[in-house]
Amino acid sequence: MKLAKLTPKDDLVRVRCKVNGDAHTGTAEPRTLLVYFLRDVLNLTGTHVGCDTGHCGACTVIMDGKTVKSCMVLAVQAEGANILTVEGLAKGENLHPIQEAFWENHGLQCGYCTPGMLMSSLFLLQRNPNPTDEEIRRGIDGNLCRCTGYVNIVKSVKAAAKKMRGVEVTA
Amino acid sequence: MKRKEDRRLLTGLGKFVDDIKLPGMAYAAILRSPYAHARILGIDVSKAERLEGVVCTLVGEEVAKLTDPFLQISSPPANKLKDYCLAVGKVHFAGEPVAAVVAETRSTAEDALELIDAEYEAVDHVLDAKEALKPGAPVIHEEVGSNVVFRGKWDYGDINAAMKQADKVVKKTLHFHRFSSTPIENNAVLAQYDKATGFLNVYSNNQMPMFCIPWVSFALKFPSNRIRMVTGDVGGGFGTKIISYPYIVLISLLAMKSGRPVKWIETRTEHLSAANHGNERAFEVEIPVKNDGTILGLKVKAWDDCGAYTRYEPAGATIWAQVTPGCYRFKNFQMEFLQVMTSKCPVGPNRGYSRMQHLWMIERSVDIVARELGLDPTEVRLKNFIRPEEMPYVTPSGGVYDGGNYPESLSRVLKLIDYWRWRKEQVEERKKGRLIGIGISTILDSGTNNFGQVKITNPENPFSGNSEGARISIDGLGGIQVALGTSPQGQGHETFASQVVADEFGVSPDQVTVLMGFDSAVNPYSHQSGAYASRCAVMGTGALLGAAKKVKEKAAKIAAHVLKADPESIEFKEGHAVDRDSGRKIPLWQIGNIAWVNNVLLPEGMEPGLVAIHFWRPDFGLPDEKWRLNQTLTYSYQSHAAVIEMDPETGKFKILKYAIVDDCGKQINPMIVEGQVHGAAAHGIGAAMYENFEYDEDGQLKSSTLVDYLVPTALEVPDLVTESMETPSLFAPKGIKGVGEGGGTPISAIANAVEDALTPYGVEISDSHQNPQRIYELIVKKRKKM
Repeated sequence: MKLAKLTPKDDLVRVRCKVNGDAHTGTAEPRTLLVYFLRDVLNLTGTHVGCDTGHCGACTVIMDGKTVKSCMVLAVQAEGANILTVEGLAKGENLHPIQEAFWENHGLQCGYCTPGMLMSSLFLLQRNPNPTDEEIRRGIDGNLCRCTGYVNIVKSVKAAAKKMRGVEVTA
Repeated sequence: MKRKEDRRLLTGLGKFVDDIKLPGMAYAAILRSPYAHARILGIDVSKAERLEGVVCTLVGEEVAKLTDPFLQISSPPANKLKDYCLAVGKVHFAGEPVAAVVAETRSTAEDALELIDAEYEAVDHVLDAKEALKPGAPVIHEEVGSNVVFRGKWDYGDINAAMKQADKVVKKTLHFHRFSSTPIENNAVLAQYDKATGFLNVYSNNQMPMFCIPWVSFALKFPSNRIRMVTGDVGGGFGTKIISYPYIVLISLLAMKSGRPVKWIETRTEHLSAANHGNERAFEVEIPVKNDGTILGLKVKAWDDCGAYTRYEPAGATIWAQVTPGCYRFKNFQMEFLQVMTSKCPVGPNRGYSRMQHLWMIERSVDIVARELGLDPTEVRLKNFIRPEEMPYVTPSGGVYDGGNYPESLSRVLKLIDYWRWRKEQVEERKKGRLIGIGISTILDSGTNNFGQVKITNPENPFSGNSEGARISIDGLGGIQVALGTSPQGQGHETFASQVVADEFGVSPDQVTVLMGFDSAVNPYSHQSGAYASRCAVMGTGALLGAAKKVKEKAAKIAAHVLKADPESIEFKEGHAVDRDSGRKIPLWQIGNIAWVNNVLLPEGMEPGLVAIHFWRPDFGLPDEKWRLNQTLTYSYQSHAAVIEMDPETGKFKILKYAIVDDCGKQINPMIVEGQVHGAAAHGIGAAMYENFEYDEDGQLKSSTLVDYLVPTALEVPDLVTESMETPSLFAPKGIKGVGEGGGTPISAIANAVEDALTPYGVEISDSHQNPQRIYELIVKKRKKM
């Protein structure tokens, strides 16, 4: 005799949301986390998982204008939401100024934390176009990086701020 | 030069294991022991197997029938230890895998774990190395007979004579704590058994996937020439992803049993509690000194706690001897080293593996000597440093330091941090009740190990030297492609390799394509390839230069044949082979065309094709009867200086300024070097101030999530002021020295700074982890005596 699944299949819920400007519809168990919905259902694997407790920030995305850790949000909570992930930053071949700045300033090494780091940086710069070093550090303190010691990330965000304000920068 | 890897990583197109989906793929989850030490009375998986969506289960009894225990590199009797991918009969630490489930989805596999009935009978456990040695202590592995893995004595010069000559013998007991570099990407394995071809295809983020082929092959009794190991982008490793082979075997077994590709992604709690901790080590140190600060020698007893299994151990029991005297000239040295098993998570390599514990002990000792003699710690260092004119310097244990200027490195870091100004300010501020502490440390950051050192612990070990492979091809259209065995995890190997090869052929690095990741069916490799021991730039360059030479020699012959020139006068410039004598040239694509598809035009008798594989090895030896050998090829070094402010009311402190001077020889890509220096420093700062694996009395890890295991954020890591020196290696290709591990320098710099800040209280720091609570208790104790 088979034991019934704790969450029977007919309990799958339909989730409709906009991701990176495109409308998506997918199904998920009620308990499915947004990060797995993005990765496994929508095949957007740029958003990463690094912990189970909402501390590492590798899964950070922007949902309805605010950063969220997508491992702390249920997929069903994203019903009707407008989500931006790392895949939505570049316009075709043209990188977003934040991506350019991270590249030019060696703001990444293994690249695993990078997608979340970019999203938190974007959210910070949207609110504060000219942050101090201290403000940058506060802005990204929900995102852990093990490779860079944050030095070049702070430098990258600073350079990105200048780019986004239209200031000429030399890397 | 910007890194070639970055575009994909910045746009969400990185290729990590969890990003791979194979048709029919199922997911595994692992049930783990809640006990530190217990007999397994029974594991009933029947309910789990009846859950809808479950494909299969696996328990230890089955594993013992299907596989052989993992290879052990200890000498007898420690090599009798039986290590399987699931616990058999007994569990040896909390978190040890006892059963596994494969299901259609990740969540179903996890649900099924809750339906497994595992019954245990707890037995006594032991959590401390010295306790584990006592008669009557619980024995972790009965088949070994005791908890001792390795016992050895290194004895050089005449330590007893040094003790007699000394004006003073400084004695201290020290302890180096457990932590790990905890990359943001956890371990991951995706295994597929292809029945049609008989291949076992393993996609993982192991750092030495080719090194573990023998482990996997022997355990699974599966032919090595049908094991294909693949890695892509790896989300950091720092050593911790070297000993993941039990998981590779477990997931492979599950793939074979289920007939499905099986993916397993470790959770953070699994990673923290059961993947890989750094070696914990206790020291008793005696230092004979002269009153002028001359250190005459070092007499040490060390107890290394390697946890419940020896997965890469006892390598750590000898690897410290790469840097036996640190940066110092003393010739008299004695070390009694004991490696012991306890009921804790097994240890494994961790950025600065085994050397950082030893170097911390030395750098702490130097400061203790300075304090006891009333000298400035910089003065004691300068007095005892090996001098630049003594290079290459042969250490008491046979290490051959390949150049460097330690006094200059120290003076530069002192200048960078403004040391003497802080010293004055410290005195002034103390009068106002403000506690400033200044800590310095100069350490070696050795790279490219000689595997011959594992013969110290077991002469039968079939390992020695080091080697790396590279392949360079110029195709029929002139495209240059490079493949290496180095399996990177964020160090930018595609970038440095394309720079090295571009220089050889006079093209731009953009014109050179380096294959990403590693695939044992594609990349040339030796079983010593992989990303570890700060070896890739040096070993990779050696292999690349060798392969480039072969390709260039052949291309020059083809060009000379076409140009009717002397092959000796052919140079490679701007995508062409140029005859130096006549100035005539032909493009690389034309040479490639002749080599691959127009071969009637080849010189007579020449084999078609334009591709070369080269394996490079440094000149290494074996240990002599006193265990002397050069254990590593390059010896980078770093000086760190930290200024901290201590709050004596809480024991909390903050870093006010942090400076580093690094010398890793000739730099291929200074931007990457600086990034490595930053990263290593952040790890050391995290280890010194925040990260700690502590167990409660029941053997439960107290920091098994990132809530308790405190990885520093951008607010905890201070701005790091760095400078570099470039003293070329006397032995490595192009004068390059390995870089990246950093030797855990901040751990001693910060310990020294904390003790310095607490000078008014006379507090002594004997632990590598500067826990505010412990510091506060030390202050309170001293206050009571005041």
